Amino acid sequence: MNLKTTLLGAAAAFALAPMAMAERGADGQVNIIYWQAPSIMTPYLSGGTKDLEAASLVIEPLARYDQDGNMVPWLVESVPTVANGGVSEDLKSVTWKLKPGLKWSDGSALTSADVKFTWEYCTAEGGGCAQSEKYNDVVAVETPDELTAIVKFGVSKPFPYGPFVGAQAPIIQAAQFAECLGPKAPECTDANFAPIGTGPFTVTDFRPNDVVQLVANDHYRDANKPAFATVTLKGGGDATAAGRSVLETGEFDYAWNLQLAPDVLANMASAGKGQVVSGFGTLVERIMVNFTNVDPALGDKRGTIGEPHPYLTDINVRKALSMAIDRELLVEIGYGDAGRPTCNVLPAPAIYASTANDACLVQDIEGSKALLDEAGWVVGSDGIRAKDGVRLSMLYQTSTNAVRQDFQALIKQWWGEIGVETELRNIDASVFFGSDPGSPDTFQKFFADVEMYANNFDGTDPESYMANWECKQAPQPENQWQGNNMPRFCDEGYDELVAKMAVTGDINERAEMAKAMNDMLMQNYVMIPLVDRGRVSAHSNTLGGVILNTWDSELWNAADWHRTE
Amino acid sequence: MTEQITNANDIPDEAPRNQWWDVWAQFRTHKGAMIGAVFFILMVLAMLLGPTIWNIEPTFIDIRARNQGPTFAHPFGTDQLGRDILARMLSGGRISMAVGLTAMAIALLLGTFIGVIAGYFKKLDGPLMRLTDLFLALPLLPLLLVIIMLFREPLSAAFGPEGGIFVLMVSAIGITSWMQTARIVRGDVLALKEREFVLAARSIGTSPTHMITRHVLPNVMSPIMVSATLGIANAIITESALSFLGLGFPPDFPTWGRLLFDGVDYLQQYPERVLWPGLAISLTVLSVNYVGDGLRDALDPRIRGR
Amino acid sequence: MLNFTIRRLILAVPVLIFIGLIIFLLLELAPGDPMAQVPLTVPPEVKERMREALGLGEPVHIRFVKWLQQFFIVEPMYMIDGLFGTDFADGKQRIISWQTRSPVMDIVAQRIPQTLWVIGMSYVVGILIALPIGIYSAYRQYSWFDQIGTFVSMIGFSVPTFFTGVLLIVIFSVNLGWFPSIYDTTHVVKDWESFTFQMRQMAMPVFVLALYNAAQISRFMRASMLDNLNQDYVRTARAKGLTEKTVVLAHVLRNSMIPVITVIALGVPQVFGGAIITEQVFKVNGLGQLLITAIQANDLPMVQTLTFIFAILIVLFNLIADVLYGVLDPRIRYD
Repeated sequence: MNLKTTLLGAAAAFALAPMAMAERGADGQVNIIYWQAPSIMTPYLSGGTKDLEAASLVIEPLARYDQDGNMVPWLVESVPTVANGGVSEDLKSVTWKLKPGLKWSDGSALTSADVKFTWEYCTAEGGGCAQSEKYNDVVAVETPDELTAIVKFGVSKPFPYGPFVGAQAPIIQAAQFAECLGPKAPECTDANFAPIGTGPFTVTDFRPNDVVQLVANDHYRDANKPAFATVTLKGGGDATAAGRSVLETGEFDYAWNLQLAPDVLANMASAGKGQVVSGFGTLVERIMVNFTNVDPALGDKRGTIGEPHPYLTDINVRKALSMAIDRELLVEIGYGDAGRPTCNVLPAPAIYASTANDACLVQDIEGSKALLDEAGWVVGSDGIRAKDGVRLSMLYQTSTNAVRQDFQALIKQWWGEIGVETELRNIDASVFFGSDPGSPDTFQKFFADVEMYANNFDGTDPESYMANWECKQAPQPENQWQGNNMPRFCDEGYDELVAKMAVTGDINERAEMAKAMNDMLMQNYVMIPLVDRGRVSAHSNTLGGVILNTWDSELWNAADWHRTE
Repeated sequence: MTEQITNANDIPDEAPRNQWWDVWAQFRTHKGAMIGAVFFILMVLAMLLGPTIWNIEPTFIDIRARNQGPTFAHPFGTDQLGRDILARMLSGGRISMAVGLTAMAIALLLGTFIGVIAGYFKKLDGPLMRLTDLFLALPLLPLLLVIIMLFREPLSAAFGPEGGIFVLMVSAIGITSWMQTARIVRGDVLALKEREFVLAARSIGTSPTHMITRHVLPNVMSPIMVSATLGIANAIITESALSFLGLGFPPDFPTWGRLLFDGVDYLQQYPERVLWPGLAISLTVLSVNYVGDGLRDALDPRIRGR
Repeated sequence: MLNFTIRRLILAVPVLIFIGLIIFLLLELAPGDPMAQVPLTVPPEVKERMREALGLGEPVHIRFVKWLQQFFIVEPMYMIDGLFGTDFADGKQRIISWQTRSPVMDIVAQRIPQTLWVIGMSYVVGILIALPIGIYSAYRQYSWFDQIGTFVSMIGFSVPTFFTGVLLIVIFSVNLGWFPSIYDTTHVVKDWESFTFQMRQMAMPVFVLALYNAAQISRFMRASMLDNLNQDYVRTARAKGLTEKTVVLAHVLRNSMIPVITVIALGVPQVFGGAIITEQVFKVNGLGQLLITAIQANDLPMVQTLTFIFAILIVLFNLIADVLYGVLDPRIRYD
């Protein structure tokens, strides 16, 4: 075995690719099912997960995250850091060096001009680019030569990997999109449906909200990849049907995001045609506690900062609510292997995960009752606690989803045991997660006492995520009920930490601050985290090379997918 | 009338009896209708009295007893959270039946009224049928979202939270499903009013109200009866779809449609979970259908007495 | 009758514009946001800019007039251009879907084949089995055939398609492996083999929908036949010595068709409206799935256009039903 084969072997092991490299296209057809159908092939005009994952088969970023959340160079030689000189000392400029010889699927060369164009495209006025936040503070992209792109920031960026990193910010071809800047972006239907990319596949037929057909890219950088000649990405239906088509009938090779009850999934997997894979990211199912009064009698003042909540402003009540919950059981019922109980709103990556709040993992109904007794909330004749005429009677809302409704029922029962009355409400996701200021049922208006949903953040840096709970992020009538601080939590100390993190570069210090913020939220019971939710997908037994990645697109390594026997 | 006859002693038992007595006599001879009626009454009684006898709370979660098959403690088994399915069926049936019957009645009354008026009065035909076209064309889901957004809080205030949602649901289902009945009834009335007996009645100066109630309505009973049976099934299923979308009753409120919906995912492991609600809905609709058949026959003087 | 038809057709235009306006206002009023499906990680300011890019900033009446103009003038131009290779449209702004940023009409055209294949076929099959069952059930009322027919059609109507569809998939796809559980919309019929595949993938959705449609139509057919079988004219016809076949199929059937025609005519637009749940269960992705995904994503131009096409069909088929009443029963006059 000479050096070259050893190296190849190492590379192959890294990618979990087969040792015996097959030829490009040798494995024929692969069928993928997404129960939400892709409606456009670019993340810049949609932002929906289904769309950016479908697009990731075609267009690629400069660097992306691997299954452990580490950044890996993709179209570039290496990831620039301060240590290797790629990031300037003042944290205001990043130099990316493209791999030489990369080609677009039309045969032309990928150059730094395309990188620069991508930035211009997403920040053009009137284009409504969904990923423009990734390009925040970028003032210029310089292209000293064909393979070098220097991103200049207007401020110091401790985490400069927003632009061109991850499935949200892939490079698009300047030549194809040149006429599609700004308000013209939606008119370029052909380009939006069949972008020219550097990825392993190219689109041959795109039917919005139905099916995408792709073939192997002739100009892909690795001559032996991808192993599949054609891809069909079908959309539509529901998660149950998608799981069934992979695990039970074997019609499809890969099914995305199978949010199903664990026993249903286990039963499907027992058919033996495929297997379930799961991975964890930062997605946390949580209950938000409302600090403002939402009594309809308040009229226009409903849910505003000036009207404190009659009983949820008492920390003992919030704490008691959290203590009464058995998170282990929730996981067992709702997510199985794809969930784990958590006491943090920031559960990952490992360096940000706090261990200070783990007491909540054990349900403590008695302790919870004692706490409420102590705080003066006494059980009335109807079994509901009250103090000074205020009864602990709550409205608990969430979006429509079978697992969430099971959670609501369970939690209602536990809260009933400690003397808290709960009325449940579920709202259609398109209304709940919409931010129509005219609708009373959005999660931002939060016209309920508690609400439950899940949230996460892109990539691995929690800075903007933790900034969600600044005072100014509270949705209020003045800002048309936009903002991410649903509890309307407001604490000067917290805001200071947010400001400090924005100017701190050292990763360990940043981690300390993020943890401190997390602990502050948790110990004030601003929200009640329930489950750290993993991603569950399934692939057939004959599909090899699948590595589930929750930090990037699930189809990130489709070039390595192959047929096994 | 009966009084007069009893006063006049000379005509005893063979006297012309009350018309409704005749109807009942005819109805009784219809075997299917009797079985249907008895079954239906039993169902209603079970729903009304069941929860007081089988007094497990339908929302009570016994997590250790989840996914059980039929046992003595839980004759219909338990669901994925350990809730007793019999209790859920019983209290769910109350809502499903109430919603199904009320919404069907609203849709039927509205549809029959509009259909008869449009078919009978030529002047009103155009406007009313265009109104029907409009209602047929309105997209259901956005319409319901708007109705619920506008009326949920005022109705909750007026009828209490559950009563408010009930009124909202039945009227929402009712006003979005009367159109088919209206079109069918109107079509029949258009043909009916050209018939000789209508002409005869009109020539002796029968008023329109009398004409409609005495001559037109009895002759369009059969499509109305069919609409009624189909309408109940439709209302029960629509209610479950609405509740599922979060537009109806709270999520822990069991209804037959919802139990069926939730059970579909578990079809392979626990087929009985879809069997109970599916059977309950089908049998209710079937019994209403037979009662409708019997009623129609009983009300038809040409069949009665043969 | 011709006069009546022409008058109604002319009258249909203002009626349709009015319906269009009501739909437009309804969608405006409905709670919802085209950004609802954008992940929570995208900040609110960005969503606000995306909304502006969709043209949501303009006042309602301007958007409605714009839409009317696009629907009635620009889109037909593109259609003519596509058919005859002319150049009327000249790059005018078409109706653009918010979700996919592509012309709504192109997507609609893409969806029509599978909708007609599956939903249309199931409707035809449904009618074809419903009429004989309805007629015979009425003719032999309370026979075994009638009882079984009643039972099956009640089950067919009261058990929702989300259940029957899944049940069929579990039996025929999972356990027996006879039919595919997922409909392939890209499949092209070119030879016998591809035709049989098409038949196999259509079998289950067509069966589910046909059962549902047949249940409904056969009930109306039966009821209406029963009404007429006891009429005096039937006795007269029999007394004249006409054969049973002529009596039932020529006299009674013709007079019983009015409610059935109404039901069938009401159902045809629904064929184009698609069968939302069945399409979802079998992944047929026809017009129904298009409408429901558009509603969920609050893609107003798409919802507006689809429901409006739907409205046109409703008005048209109700007119056809009215004309047919006159043909079936010449005593019905409209003028």
